[in-house]
Amino acid sequence: MLNIDRDLDRFREIVKGRIRRDLRKYMSSGEMIARKGDKLVSIPLPQIGIPRLRYGPNPKGVGQGEGEPGDQAGQGQQAGDAAGEHVLETELTVDELAQIMGEELELPRILPRGEAQAASKRHRYKGIATTGPESLRHFKRTYRRALTRAIIAGSYDPSRPKIVPIRADQRYRTFVEETEPRSAALLLYMMDVSGSMGKEQKEIVRSEAFWIDAWIRHNYQDVETRFIIHDATAREVDRETFFRTRESGGTLISSAYKLAVEILEAEYPPSEWNIYPFHFSDGDNWSKSDTRLCLDLLRDKIIPLSNQFSYAQVDSTYGSGQFIKDLEGAFSGEEAVTLSRIKDRDGIMQSIRELLGKGR
Amino acid sequence: MALFSGRFLREGRALPPELEEARVGIVALARGYGLDFFETIFEMCTYEEINMIASYGGFPTRYPHWRFGMEFIQMQKGYEYGLSKIYEMVINTNPSYAYLMDNNLAVDQKLVMAHVLGHVDFFKNNAWFAHTDRKMLDTMANHAAKVRRIMDERGVSEVERFLDLCLSLENLIDPYAAHVVRTRPREASRHEDDAPVAVEVPTIPGESYMRDFLNPPSYVASERARREEERDRVRSFPEEPVRDVLGFLLQHAKLSGWQRELLRIVRDEALYFAPQGMTKIMNEGWATYWHTTMMTQDILSDAEVVDYADHHSGTVAMQPGQLNPYRLGLELLRHIERRWDKGRFGKDWLDCTDPVARRAWDTGAGLGRAKLFEVRRTHNDISFLDTFLTEDFIREQGFFTTRYDSRAQQWVIDSREFASVKAQLLQVLASRGTPRVHVVDANAFNRGELRLVHAHEGLDIQMDWAERVLGNLALLWGRPVHLDTKLEDKALRLSHDGAKLTRTLPT
Repeated sequence: MLNIDRDLDRFREIVKGRIRRDLRKYMSSGEMIARKGDKLVSIPLPQIGIPRLRYGPNPKGVGQGEGEPGDQAGQGQQAGDAAGEHVLETELTVDELAQIMGEELELPRILPRGEAQAASKRHRYKGIATTGPESLRHFKRTYRRALTRAIIAGSYDPSRPKIVPIRADQRYRTFVEETEPRSAALLLYMMDVSGSMGKEQKEIVRSEAFWIDAWIRHNYQDVETRFIIHDATAREVDRETFFRTRESGGTLISSAYKLAVEILEAEYPPSEWNIYPFHFSDGDNWSKSDTRLCLDLLRDKIIPLSNQFSYAQVDSTYGSGQFIKDLEGAFSGEEAVTLSRIKDRDGIMQSIRELLGKGR
Repeated sequence: MALFSGRFLREGRALPPELEEARVGIVALARGYGLDFFETIFEMCTYEEINMIASYGGFPTRYPHWRFGMEFIQMQKGYEYGLSKIYEMVINTNPSYAYLMDNNLAVDQKLVMAHVLGHVDFFKNNAWFAHTDRKMLDTMANHAAKVRRIMDERGVSEVERFLDLCLSLENLIDPYAAHVVRTRPREASRHEDDAPVAVEVPTIPGESYMRDFLNPPSYVASERARREEERDRVRSFPEEPVRDVLGFLLQHAKLSGWQRELLRIVRDEALYFAPQGMTKIMNEGWATYWHTTMMTQDILSDAEVVDYADHHSGTVAMQPGQLNPYRLGLELLRHIERRWDKGRFGKDWLDCTDPVARRAWDTGAGLGRAKLFEVRRTHNDISFLDTFLTEDFIREQGFFTTRYDSRAQQWVIDSREFASVKAQLLQVLASRGTPRVHVVDANAFNRGELRLVHAHEGLDIQMDWAERVLGNLALLWGRPVHLDTKLEDKALRLSHDGAKLTRTLPT
């Protein structure tokens, strides 16, 4: 055990809020993993800053290199930037990112439903054979065989350890055939774009959807995504539109669920697809009767088809936030339903943990 | 605990034979070049051990505190995700300890050894380190033992809470304290409750009818007021502004014994680390200068050249628009060496305006190395840049100033003009440091409140952190505290009573 372990435990306890709760409010969590540009990412780990008297951001800096006055000067300057903030930067693929996020959030791996559909075959070089091309000769194994033979035959002389392999000693790498289950998943995003969902709410949904996307893709080979937006009526849109549209007017959540059922029943038989509907809303629905209709649709159609139905409610100043309470009432204890409230940006990671924490 | 207690060199940390051989060679080589360093003990560590020691600021034993754990986990994750890696670490003690990571290439280890000897030479000879505690290894361990003892008596949380307060003020020290005498004992000491001494205004003697003419009553009255004010100012406390806020608190705040002990520990450690912050560019430049000199001229075998070049170029790599202390330090030292080798200094050189003559200038003085040793003895980063940054250097190195273009939302090149680049470089350097803050009045408003003044030098302080720092200061002082500063060019007084912050205009 290293000395540091005690300090580390102490820090973890603080982060988890078990001790020194006063410090926890200074914890910078933010988005644990943020995308910057194409590949560059920052991974601010949970951190508690000890406040110090220091200068604010410097609007001027110094650099070195080519260029004329007025040209862009690289990725900002670090020189005058706030000291003492450890932001780690590197190039990672989205898949690696998803893995890191999975580790940080302690997400369980998703177990695909049902058995292999359309199993695919793959060849992997992990076998050993007595014949094969010379280019694949396994030197160590060959040598070991030869050595064994020499020792058994009594011809091995430690003072002159010369080993000559014969034909029968040769060993070669060879492939073995492995069948891998092909697993396919459908991500069905639904979002309320009625007047009460503002820019900030939509930004939160976008962030959250990005990470859900990354995690599901990390777990399945084939992933399809479909997008539905709704206010009082629902329509299917592409990814761009999904995240950009802002409509106004009332909200009939059932319209989205009806469309979802149509899509699922027509195109995605559950025997071949792992289905994940995600619905984001501020929880404001037009009427009680519509909410009843929604609950019926979920219970009878959507949930039986899906691995898991997830509903995330973003706090907004306008919404009543009633819908999540109705869902809680109707589906408490239902394994295939996860519900989450997102208070603000800082709540995104916690919400992802809630939505994906079941490993279904 | 057992890992590092006592003399913590243990069998498993000794260098393997081939590196030990290299070490002997490099030490001899460095001495041959004139480097003068403490005995340096190299130890092999796993990355976990290295990260632990690094999060402890280079020391194997520190007092218990959660922030070490936080730094450790960050370094661990950084290493595990392949984002960052520590190559070298060395501490300023006598003998000096340096740590090598066990899975680095042999050529990297040699580079690190050469680099480390440069650092140790710098620690030993640079004037700013002259007053640092070279037995800090023991001192840190003693501090750790003291804090643990206090924790046993007072409870972990209470002690930790107080340490958090102290740590948030740890940069409010006087980094020059060891080098200057700030206050001299006053000859006559007066007791506080003594009646104020009556003020006498010297008058010019003369005939009675002339007296009012020679000493106009208006003058006498204003002079009396001035002298009284001066007398009262002398009575104000502290008599002169104090930069060492921690030291001031240590002497004058109402603290209990254990609190004073903790505050003293935090201050001692902050003072120990201060010179390293003041000489980052020089120190790294000096160590880099020596590792490239020794590696390329003496140590490298043919097989190692590529790995060495790869590592070295990573060290001095220049990101467009960023500043790398290793590179800046190295290049400026080389620039100085070239100038003094060619005799490009002194009045003749400065007076010469003919570009052709300047370009060809070479008196064959050959004083480069000697000058470098002198520079490393006497300068810190600010004086180093202020003295040796020349127009030629700025142009050769392609320096420019940048500003943030808020419309385009990006940093753009502002100017390549020498004067502004130099001024900006010095300002950036200064802005990494601590804003200069002095205690001016410990009895503000005659209510025992503490007033500090920030000497505003163009950059505003970070407000949200200042608020929390002042809150902590108020808790330590036990009475409200005030900080006079400027925000967006307007004078501002931040006052904190331990519960909340108020902003007023300074009176």
